[in-house]
Amino acid sequence: MKNFSRRRFLEGSGSLVVTFSLGSLATRAAGAAAPAKAASTSPAPKTVALDEVDGFIAIGADGRVTVYSGKVDLGTGLRTAMTQIAAEELSVPLPTVEVIQGDTLLTPDQGVTFGSLSIQNGGMQIRQAAATAREALLAQGAEKLGVPRTEVSAKDGRVVAKQSSIGYADLVGGKKLALKLDPKAPLKDPATYTIVGRSVPRLDIPEKVTGRFLYMQDFKLPGMLHARVVRPAAIKASLVSVDDAAAKKVAGYVATVRKGDFLAVVARTEWGAIQAAGALKASWSDWQGLPEQSKLWEYVRSTKIIRDDVLQKAGDSAEALKTGKAVSATYDFAIHTHGSIGPSCAVAQVKGGKVTCWTASQQTHLLVKQLALMLSMPEQDIRCIYVEGSGCYGRNGHEDAAADAVMIAKEIGKPVRVQWSRADEHGWDPKGPPTLLDFRAALDPSGMPVAWESEIFIPDRPAKIAVPLVAAQLAGLPADAAHPGNIHQSLAIPYAVPNIKATAHTLAETPFRPSWIRTPGRMQNTFGNESFIDECAAAAGADPIEYRRKLLMSDRRGLELLDRLVELSAWKPRPRGAARSGGDVAAGRGVSYVHYELVRTYVGAVADVEVDRKTGAVRVKRFFVAHDCGQIINPDGLQNQIEGNVEQTVSRTLIEQLTFDRSKVTSVDWATYPILTFPDLPEVKIALIDRPAEKPWGAGEPTAAVVPSAIANAIFDATGARLRSVPFTSEKVLAAVKAA
Amino acid sequence: MAKTIAFQLNGRSARVRVEDPQMPLLYALRDDLGLRGPRFGCGLGQCGACTVNIDGEAVRSCVTPVSTVAHKRVLTLEGLGTPEKPHPLQQAFIEEQAVQCGYCINGMIMQAKAMLDRNPHPTEEQIKQELAQNLCRCGTHLRIVRAIRRAAGTAT
Repeated sequence: MKNFSRRRFLEGSGSLVVTFSLGSLATRAAGAAAPAKAASTSPAPKTVALDEVDGFIAIGADGRVTVYSGKVDLGTGLRTAMTQIAAEELSVPLPTVEVIQGDTLLTPDQGVTFGSLSIQNGGMQIRQAAATAREALLAQGAEKLGVPRTEVSAKDGRVVAKQSSIGYADLVGGKKLALKLDPKAPLKDPATYTIVGRSVPRLDIPEKVTGRFLYMQDFKLPGMLHARVVRPAAIKASLVSVDDAAAKKVAGYVATVRKGDFLAVVARTEWGAIQAAGALKASWSDWQGLPEQSKLWEYVRSTKIIRDDVLQKAGDSAEALKTGKAVSATYDFAIHTHGSIGPSCAVAQVKGGKVTCWTASQQTHLLVKQLALMLSMPEQDIRCIYVEGSGCYGRNGHEDAAADAVMIAKEIGKPVRVQWSRADEHGWDPKGPPTLLDFRAALDPSGMPVAWESEIFIPDRPAKIAVPLVAAQLAGLPADAAHPGNIHQSLAIPYAVPNIKATAHTLAETPFRPSWIRTPGRMQNTFGNESFIDECAAAAGADPIEYRRKLLMSDRRGLELLDRLVELSAWKPRPRGAARSGGDVAAGRGVSYVHYELVRTYVGAVADVEVDRKTGAVRVKRFFVAHDCGQIINPDGLQNQIEGNVEQTVSRTLIEQLTFDRSKVTSVDWATYPILTFPDLPEVKIALIDRPAEKPWGAGEPTAAVVPSAIANAIFDATGARLRSVPFTSEKVLAAVKAA
Repeated sequence: MAKTIAFQLNGRSARVRVEDPQMPLLYALRDDLGLRGPRFGCGLGQCGACTVNIDGEAVRSCVTPVSTVAHKRVLTLEGLGTPEKPHPLQQAFIEEQAVQCGYCINGMIMQAKAMLDRNPHPTEEQIKQELAQNLCRCGTHLRIVRAIRRAAGTAT
């Protein structure tokens, strides 16, 4: 396949096969601009301990700083934010800092990149490590300069006294810092910040808009083969027989890999692998264990409950419910798929008993444990290296593709790239589970709630947060129990109701491998809470913002947030909803509010919608978002995240739902699982409340939590119809409008 | 039956030798010619991540047989500019910070390039319609439209 002319013009624009060193690879995967230089060294051993500064930070002989982050950039701008945090706290210029992410040999295990915790937890560990390093450098620098510690300060990578200064590189460059991370090391006064709090342009964007950025899907190894997996025709079907005679005739065919019900085909080229997978004739047993989609909610309600957890309790709700005016409602939230634009991909190599896997996994450290379990191998013989992939909004197919690649590489003894097809991704990524919610309230004569009860029906949550690997399941190898994440969170309400009981019913089974998808559980639970509080306000004839304000009592941050939202959206009290006109198109606006998990980010939103009474079509015109996540690291990056939360969740709310028959997922591409596109998405206006002196909280999820209920409440405002079932398809809207 | 296909790629002559002339152009560009701009998203012509321009038209390279581009002009994201010297469209995406994960952005820029060649000053509505078949999952739509308006000089 090599010819002279091609090689000639390719010079400078890329290379056929990337040669690399493990050391420079991490740098490249980190998005550094220069293509990898051919080299062969392994990285120098380093600690990955969470309580060692060397775990997180290295200062090179050239003064350049390397930050080792267990949290990874999933397309959210985290790399830039982490660079800002480290550069600020170390007092070094931003361009001198480089971040290596999610390499299990090099980076501390800071937990899975999920739950809007990367800045809040991961970033703060790095900030503390940087502060510890800076303090030690200041002390050493003062000594070297022969001045008292109180007379030096840190600036631009140097310890500076009145008459003299010394660079960090001259103090520790290239050597270990050998410091325990000091959780009490003093942090810089935010009033002196010059890097944090600024809209530093994203470091990865110039490469991403010019085709130079290396995504996981671009990663190549010398001698690498290409594989495609062939999944069962029904989710739990067994492989009866395989006829690979036709596949063998495909140019470049190398091997068929079969292990239990795990089936894959390997070829020298990607196109060869695709064709061979299509030519493989596999016969699968019949399996029809899924519930009927049209009876999904009956199925969920009738599923055996194995445990009840009371998540919030105040007073005696059962007794209080017997008084006052009764309000009740049931909500449901469809099964969603992650829908990353780039299907999952991984490259694996098994050499000398050691496994190396390049993966876009949000959880490389956990993946090592899962691969070790699957392969019955010691964890120290497995290394996972993060390479950024297509946007990841939770545990999607990346880990499964990694397991596929490792399994195949081990079988055939050559490095293998596995690229999932669109159907693999839509059909086999783990799903956001179906969620059913029941609410009851009693209102006193003034219309305020005196009792509030909520119940959710959700899959089991075993102790270890993990989603089992498909390859392990299909091959009959050891796999974890499925833990879909903390999907009970945010059922507890921020409102001062005297009698509350919020209960999670844990179900014995759920139809699909359950996973976390952006704002897991918090989105579903907030949809229920904030729709139902709106129903209470409407029953009381109260303005929905004023109603919430009364119930927030003394939460000053929450009240200030609502003030900002009122101002931003020019909200006028609307105790009786929109002035409904008789035309075909009804306009309305709805509000929603969340104090995320009751302990962190505050978000309020107003949605402006138009509902076509004749067709049931809902158009979300505008979203107003007031957002308080404490200290803001990068305002523009935060805005970008908030906009993304809104647009993605408007799509999820209005049109998205998994479809399936008794055997398998049937929404396996963008035609059968459509998402909203440019003409149908709203404008977004944002008010950021910055609190530099406060802790930074997460922003990757909280805004999404308020979107479905804000839209539902706006549809009610416009039409008097309550939409209690996500997605709000035109059929459901039409039926609700007719019934209203 | 191996076949050599010659075409113009980003202003220079290119040749690929393929076993299967029906192989989509995308794999020739990515796997044989080492490009990263055109991206695999669906292989079905549904998402737009693989978009390239062929003789000035935005085309889904994942469903375009490589044999059909013989002697044609193929332009990819790499052919527009570099981080050091970006094309005005790429520069506008940088200035508007119009990227989240960026996986779809190749398609957004190449679709916009073909449109601006045809219609240098599109309205916001025309931009949205032009991009209606390009999917973005991160929700970067507002910034993408702003970037294209900026490049077209129609930003307000």
